[in-house]
Parts: sequence; structure tokens; C-alpha cells
Amino acid sequence: MNQHDEQTETFAVEVEDLGFSYPGQPGRYFSHFNLKIAVAERFGLFGPNGAGKTTLLHLMTGLLSSREGTIRILGKEIKKDNQSARRFFGFVPQDFSFYEELSPRENLEFFGAWSGLKGVEIRKRTTELLEILDLTDVRDKQAQQFSGGMKRRLNLAIGVIHQPRVLFLDEPTVGVDVQTRYAIVNYLKELNRKGTTLVYTSHQLAEAEELCEKIALMDKGTLVAHDDLQKLLAEHRQEGLEGLFLTLTGKNYGNDHV
Amino acid sequence: MYKLWATILKDVRILLRDKPGLLFMFGMPILLVLVITTIQNSTFDLVSKNKVPLLLCNRDTGAASRQLIQAIDKIDMFRLINLPKDETGKDITGRMHSKDALLAMIIPPDFSTKIDAKARKIAGKALNTFGLEGEKGAAGEDSVEPIDLYYHPILQQSFRSSVQGALYSALQLVESRQILRTLYFSINEKQLPDSLEKDLLHNNLSINEIPVLLDNSRPLPNASQHNIPAWTVFAMFFIVLSLSGSIVREKLNGSFIRLKTLPTHYILVLLSKQVTYLGVTLIQAAIIFAIGVWIFPYMGLPALNLPSDISGLFFVSLLCGWCAVSYAICIGVFARTQEQANAFGAVSIVILAAIGGLMVPSFAMPGSFRTLIKISPLHWCLEAYYGLFLEGGKLKDVLMNIIPLVIIAVTLQLATLWGLRQKKLI
Repeated sequence: MNQHDEQTETFAVEVEDLGFSYPGQPGRYFSHFNLKIAVAERFGLFGPNGAGKTTLLHLMTGLLSSREGTIRILGKEIKKDNQSARRFFGFVPQDFSFYEELSPRENLEFFGAWSGLKGVEIRKRTTELLEILDLTDVRDKQAQQFSGGMKRRLNLAIGVIHQPRVLFLDEPTVGVDVQTRYAIVNYLKELNRKGTTLVYTSHQLAEAEELCEKIALMDKGTLVAHDDLQKLLAEHRQEGLEGLFLTLTGKNYGNDHV
Repeated sequence: MYKLWATILKDVRILLRDKPGLLFMFGMPILLVLVITTIQNSTFDLVSKNKVPLLLCNRDTGAASRQLIQAIDKIDMFRLINLPKDETGKDITGRMHSKDALLAMIIPPDFSTKIDAKARKIAGKALNTFGLEGEKGAAGEDSVEPIDLYYHPILQQSFRSSVQGALYSALQLVESRQILRTLYFSINEKQLPDSLEKDLLHNNLSINEIPVLLDNSRPLPNASQHNIPAWTVFAMFFIVLSLSGSIVREKLNGSFIRLKTLPTHYILVLLSKQVTYLGVTLIQAAIIFAIGVWIFPYMGLPALNLPSDISGLFFVSLLCGWCAVSYAICIGVFARTQEQANAFGAVSIVILAAIGGLMVPSFAMPGSFRTLIKISPLHWCLEAYYGLFLEGGKLKDVLMNIIPLVIIAVTLQLATLWGLRQKKLI
């Protein structure tokens, strides 16, 4: 598929007939699961603990692989053509995914190279991102000295160094202060305005309401609801996402997948 | 290539910031080589330059015991410390426990009388055998009461054996002299002339030690030539702790998740670690060799003589380093936790070093171990280094040691690839 074909794709992510179970564990996580996320959408994936959000995110990013069904990122099948598919997306995991012994500049240089960028481009993007995410002053300090908020911003910067067209975000603002959350959410909106598809999962429902225009609610590996957020709120006569969440997934505890 | 360069840069930066790790990789081996060479050199000096203190309690008043003491003194191996003749065994062991000496000897009160009696009896027997009139029915015993030699338990068997050998030769000299004198007196009824006694007893044949070297221009091997190559190999393989630990750490921390989602093969991580740590092993070897050549002489230790084939030395070091790195990466890929990697890595290297002949020479090992030696990469590294350092050989002379080393390294690399596939890392 050439550059033109990639640009004309309607869906950023297509999950078709997905089946998955963890090896050695009883029960199936997903069975004939389908989901489509349109290009340039701000998509939120929600559900109680153990609903399968992180598993689905890991399947979409190729961290886990399934024998049943297909997952395509901008038309490239993650299983068969993973090197091409990986060029299109960025991933911001929940855990800090960088080298704490390195500075933000060094981390961005390394992950930039691994994302397929070259010297000049890496330096340009590094300067831009450090500026946008307010890390310029600490660009040469080892990340292990950083606060949680600074680490979150660096975690995000690495995920977008190569200007991905689809960005997967797993709890990108967990454990940060209001200012950092505000900065991150604004930056994500800015990215989306420039055409980046956001696939977001979080337990921060107020933040999700602000960020997402379309959501999917999951429970026990199945989609409970999937539509425009405003439409779902109106349909279920709820004022906020939290009420909608409890209405659709119940008030019992969710159990993390062990 | 750019990705590999960026990954190497990342590994080097992390390595340089790990101060305890650097100390472990460079400081510890230097200390190890220094301590072991000093100890081995002082052991060598103990029997060559420094004399071993020997507490001596002579309870005998005769001539034979004085001759024995003179003979022991002449060996030039012991520094004799004379004790009063009424010193008890308990007193002597007490002195030894307070480390006055590690050896003590008690000559029994009737030593000279019994040596004399034994000499007369043997001389009589000899004269009768020659058909001459000997001293008939010479009273005397064939055996002399043994001399008690006390030793401190810290002395190793090999050292005790060499001490015993030296003392036996002194005793033999005293006994032989007495027999000769008695025999001569019985035949000639006059004293054995000193010049003849000297000719008979002291005209020892000397032993000329010739090291089997491939390069005749080389000086004699010394403690540095033996220890530096051996402990350099050990140091190279001991990077297993740092390297396998770093692989496991990287597998377990968040960066690994991100790396797996990027359009680059994970194998590049391992390739970069191979290049980086191969550099570390070469720097280790260069530093240790440089210390041996330039610093050791200032510390009173023998200088290391580098082989004449420097390119051969570089190539052997490169292969040893590659094998060490392959071993460490293999452990890092299979280990699930850092504790597993560290414990298995450290213990296995000590075992491989022991069976590889780093601690006990391989020729001194029992038969079954001689087969086991061949599986130790450290053995082949050591043999290749010894070929260059001790035998004065060139690269072609150590090819037979290099080939097994390459086979082991390739096997480890294949095992690593298999492990990566099993764990779905590639």
C-alpha cells in the first residue's frame, strides 16, 4: 500500500472476528470481537478492571498475538505486516517506558531512531517535543531524578516522536497533578486536530469525557456499548460518563485479570 | 546501521552511568589479579628469597644433631629459631599458635647416639659383605627415633611435602656422613679426610631447568605470566553479572514493552549489547595487561611480558570476549529474574573456571575431569593465552584452542536465538 492509500483509509483501527485466550488460562477473553475506529477519531475504551481493555490494546499494538481474527492499523495487518503497521502508530504504555538512566534528550534520540527517524529529524522533533511538554530545562538531566508528572510527559513525548497517525494511550495521566493532566490533555487534543487518531483508555472518567468524542464500554471481553459519547449519555439519560459507566457495567467490583 | 549506532550509544551511556557496575567490571578484576599475583609471588619468594621460619628445639648434645642443624641451615630454605632444649611440645605448639612460626622441629635427646649406633651397624654389615673384618655384632638399631615436625594446619600439603623433602635430604646427609666416617675409620683406623668427605658427599649433580618455549628469546615464566592471563579470562566471563542482569532488567522494565511496538527487531538490542560488552572485555584485557607490564614492577611484582605476536593477542582476546559475551547474553535471555541471572551466572562462572584450570592446573585434575575440562570455554581461552604468554607461540600455534572456542560461542549464539524464539521475543 502506498502513501496515497494510507491517507485514504477510512479506519485507523479495524478489529474483525477476534478471538483470544491467554495460554494456560481457562476461558476466552475475546470471542468474535469486532471494533472499528475511524481515522482522526478521539476514541475512548472504558470498562471495569479485568474487562479486557489493556489486553485489547496489547493485541492492537502487536504485544500480544491472536490466532483468530484480524487487526489492521490503517489497512496494515498487525500479524502479517507488523513492521509496516508499527510505523503508523505510537504507544504510550501505563508504566514508564523509557530508560531512567538517560536524559529526555537521550531517550528521545534512542526511541526516535528505533521509530525509524534519522539524525536531523530526531533532533528537530526532540527540540519541538521538549518545548511543547515543558522539558527543555531538564533535557540533559537523568530521568530518574524527575517527578511523576515529568516522567508522564516524557513517556508521552517518546510515544509521539515519530508523529504517528494512530496513538494508543494506556492511562496516560495516571498519578499526575492537575496541571500536568491539563497539559497532556491539551497536547493530545492538538495532536488530534492535526489528524492523529487517539485510542485512549483510562479510569479518569472526567478527563475521558473531556477528551473523547466516541467511546466503547467493555465488560468481560465484550462490547457493552459503542457510540458517540453524547449520544450514549442522552440514550441512557445520564449526565456524565461515570453514571453511564455504572449503568452499563453494574456496581459490582471488577476483577483484574490474573 | 543508524539504529544499531543509536542502540550502542544508549548502552554505552547507561553503562558509563552505572558506577558500581563499572567498578565491578574493571576495579574487581584488577584487584583480583593484583591480590592473586602478589600471593603467588610471595609463595614463590617464600621458598626462594624469603626463608621459612623454623622453630628448632635440639634436645641432643651430640655431633650428629649439630651437623643436622648445619645441613638444614645450608639448604637456605629456613630461618632457624633456636629454642631452649627443655621447651615442651606444649610450649612449642603455643608459640606456633601465636604465629611465631608455621613449622617446628624437635631433635630427640639420643639422636646422635642412635645415628652413631646405626652408622656402626651398617658399616659393620658393609665390611662383612666386602669380606673384611667388621665390628662383629655391633650393637645398635636400624632405626632412629623419628624427628617430630610440627606444622601449622594452614600450610598446604604441597608446601609440607617440599619442606619434608628438604629435611630428608639434610637427614640423609648426616646419616651418610656418619656411615662413611665409621666405614673409613674401620678400614684405615684414621679419620676420613675432609677433602674426600667433601667429594663423596657434596659433589651433587645439578639440575638445569629448561622451559619449553616456542620462542627462544622469551624470559622465564613468572607469577605474572601465569596469573594475569588466567584472571583476565575470569574477569571477561564475570561480566555475566552485569550483562545478563542488564538484559533481564530491560526485559522486565517498561522500555521493553515500547521496544516491542516499534518497527525495529529486538535482535538489535542484543546485537548492540554484544558490541558494547565486547568493547568492555577488550578494555578489561588492555587495562589488566597494561597494569601487568607497567605497574607491577613498581609494586615489586614481576613484569608481564607481552607475547611477540600482538595481533594474535588481540585476536585471541577478541574471541575470548565474544565467547564471554555470548555466554552472558544466553543466560540473560533464559533467566526470568535478575536474581536467577546473577546467581546462576556467578556460580556457573566459578565452576567453569575451576574445571577450566584457572584455579588448579588442568594436568593436576583427576581423569574424569579432564573430559569435563573441554566443555569449559574458560579452559580454551586460558590455553590460547598460555600458548601466547608462556610458550611464546603465535596465533597459528594456538589455532587448536581457538577452534573449540568458536564452536562454543556459535553454540551459545544459536541457543540464544532459540531462546528468543521460544519466548516470542523475535
